[in-house]
Amino acid sequence: MTTTAFLQYCLAGISIGGIYALIAIGYTMVYGILRLINFAHGDIFMMAAYFMIFAMVDFMIPWYISASIVIISTILLGLLIEKLAYSPLRSSPRMSIMISAIGVSFLLQNLATYLFSALPKQYPAIPVLNKTLTFGEVSTSVVTFITPIITIGALIILMAIIKKTKIGMAMRAVSKDFQTAKLMGIEINTVISVTFIIGCFLAALGSMLYFTPRPSVFPLAGSLPGLKCFVAAVFGGIGSIPGAVLGGFLIGLCETFIKAAGYSEFSDVFTFILLIAVLMFRPTGLFGETLAEKV
Amino acid sequence: MKKKTKIICSIIAGLVIAAFIVYVGEEVPSSSMLRTVLQLGTIYALVAVSMNLLNGFTGLFSLGQAGFMAVGAYTYAVLTIPVAKKANVYYLYGITDSLANVELPLWVGLIAGGLLAALLAAVVGAPVLRLKSDYFAIATLGFSEIVRILVGSSPFNRITNGSLGLNSIPGNPSYYTPFIVAAICIAVIVLLLTSSYGRAFKAIREDEIAAEAMGIRLSTHKQMAFIISSFFTGISGALLAMYLGAITSTTFPIMLTYNILLIVVIGGMGSVTGSIMAAFLVTAAKEWWLRFLDQTMMIGDFQVPLLRTGFRMVVFSIILMLVVLFWRRGIMGQKEFSWDGLINFFKRIGNRFRGNASKKGGALNG
Repeated sequence: MTTTAFLQYCLAGISIGGIYALIAIGYTMVYGILRLINFAHGDIFMMAAYFMIFAMVDFMIPWYISASIVIISTILLGLLIEKLAYSPLRSSPRMSIMISAIGVSFLLQNLATYLFSALPKQYPAIPVLNKTLTFGEVSTSVVTFITPIITIGALIILMAIIKKTKIGMAMRAVSKDFQTAKLMGIEINTVISVTFIIGCFLAALGSMLYFTPRPSVFPLAGSLPGLKCFVAAVFGGIGSIPGAVLGGFLIGLCETFIKAAGYSEFSDVFTFILLIAVLMFRPTGLFGETLAEKV
Repeated sequence: MKKKTKIICSIIAGLVIAAFIVYVGEEVPSSSMLRTVLQLGTIYALVAVSMNLLNGFTGLFSLGQAGFMAVGAYTYAVLTIPVAKKANVYYLYGITDSLANVELPLWVGLIAGGLLAALLAAVVGAPVLRLKSDYFAIATLGFSEIVRILVGSSPFNRITNGSLGLNSIPGNPSYYTPFIVAAICIAVIVLLLTSSYGRAFKAIREDEIAAEAMGIRLSTHKQMAFIISSFFTGISGALLAMYLGAITSTTFPIMLTYNILLIVVIGGMGSVTGSIMAAFLVTAAKEWWLRFLDQTMMIGDFQVPLLRTGFRMVVFSIILMLVVLFWRRGIMGQKEFSWDGLINFFKRIGNRFRGNASKKGGALNG
């Protein structure tokens, strides 16, 4: 492998890793607060891509306005799902909420098939993101280059929100102890809504970055990336935001190099084996805190 | 109701069901939807009951069903495809020499499918079963995807025929095969559940720590439930291969697991009879009764809105969400079917009806 090719792969890996990281943050935050694997998160990501097609192709809205429309509608979708499918089950066993999440994922996939047909649709080109950049011998598109920057930027802003603001403090409290936080007068529902808003905002951002260099969108396009991002969140330690970002980058890099070595069939197998290995040897992940089990 | 009457009722009900199956087998043309629903429903009933053994009775939330079904189906197919047809099936990659002349009887293939799935469950189960509820679910889901990707990948070309999949799989020797196999398997599961092991499984579901304190070995019992459930899931996978005649790795997506979960949830987590009823109900609704939702319909010049390809599955998933949110017990909850339950059910409906009637009467008088 030449140095140029190596750098090219590194860049591609970091780029896809950045997108995984953006989605993994959504998983990890929801899990940290609700103790729920939000199976629908990958499908929200897929719906965001269809919203973009809807805005740019069907209504011919310029991309910068479309982008904000996509972000707002994805956030609304996330809040709607939370209100209709998760909040009525807040006091029921964890298994029911998980079944509900699977149900929402099932519903979104079928809804997308119904509304937009199962055939792949072309994702609209965003001209600014598709320009080619050249650094010496390494050439790449703008989107590949700016994805990791956006991810790191989002991470810094998010950490600032969580460490410095009042709502961030409330989020930390809720994730430590749901019941006590409630007794201390924290508005649980507001905290959960904010969590979903942040998660869906990042999913919408990730969806634009993910689908721009890819040819098409189809109703099942979100399920596999969704699962991979969940693996990233578990790897980093579920509930930990920097952990999720690190996990995302790592999975993106590994996947790219496995594909580069000619084993592209097995890149997904690797991800799931990593999941099982992490769960076996260090279930709390890299940065997760160990919780004492109460009888 | 006396015990004797109940037994007589059960025997009559069993005979009626058997007579119905025979009637459909002998009298109804083979292209009929009813036959499809009965056969497919039976296969789903078996896999739903074995999923229920794990999810509903032992409290282990597994999402690996599609993977184990794939193992069962592929094992059955590889072992039973007639030697004469093998060259045709493996026309692109050829077949490994050790399998080239293998053609086992169908029942051996069926059991081998179950056994291989059970073996795999034993290997995977040891580490995975240490995980807690939702981590266990996601690990089994990951396992199912690994299996699906591997059976369709190039290193297995000469065994599983890679992405081309297998065809010419010997079909049901007779119309009755799935019913007989499923009935035997479900009977075995029911016997297991009523034994002391079954009670131990339920104790684990209710409270792991209390169960352990009562002297139940958690790891052994969980392992056992996982292996047995996978064995029957493998067999149902083999039955599905038998029914379909051709399989590829895309026959067993995560969606399949979700479909089975839907059946278990609608039937009631922790009820064998509920799962069986829901399997037939869901299969009939999906394959037959709701078909019209997928077709555009015209009433005069007016086109009924919304009806178009894919609408059936949307309606279906909305039903699932409604069940999950508002009717969490499903059809049977954790109870089993009983004649007393049926009588009570009709009494309750009768009372409600009478209650309404008297209210109406009151309004008239006042």
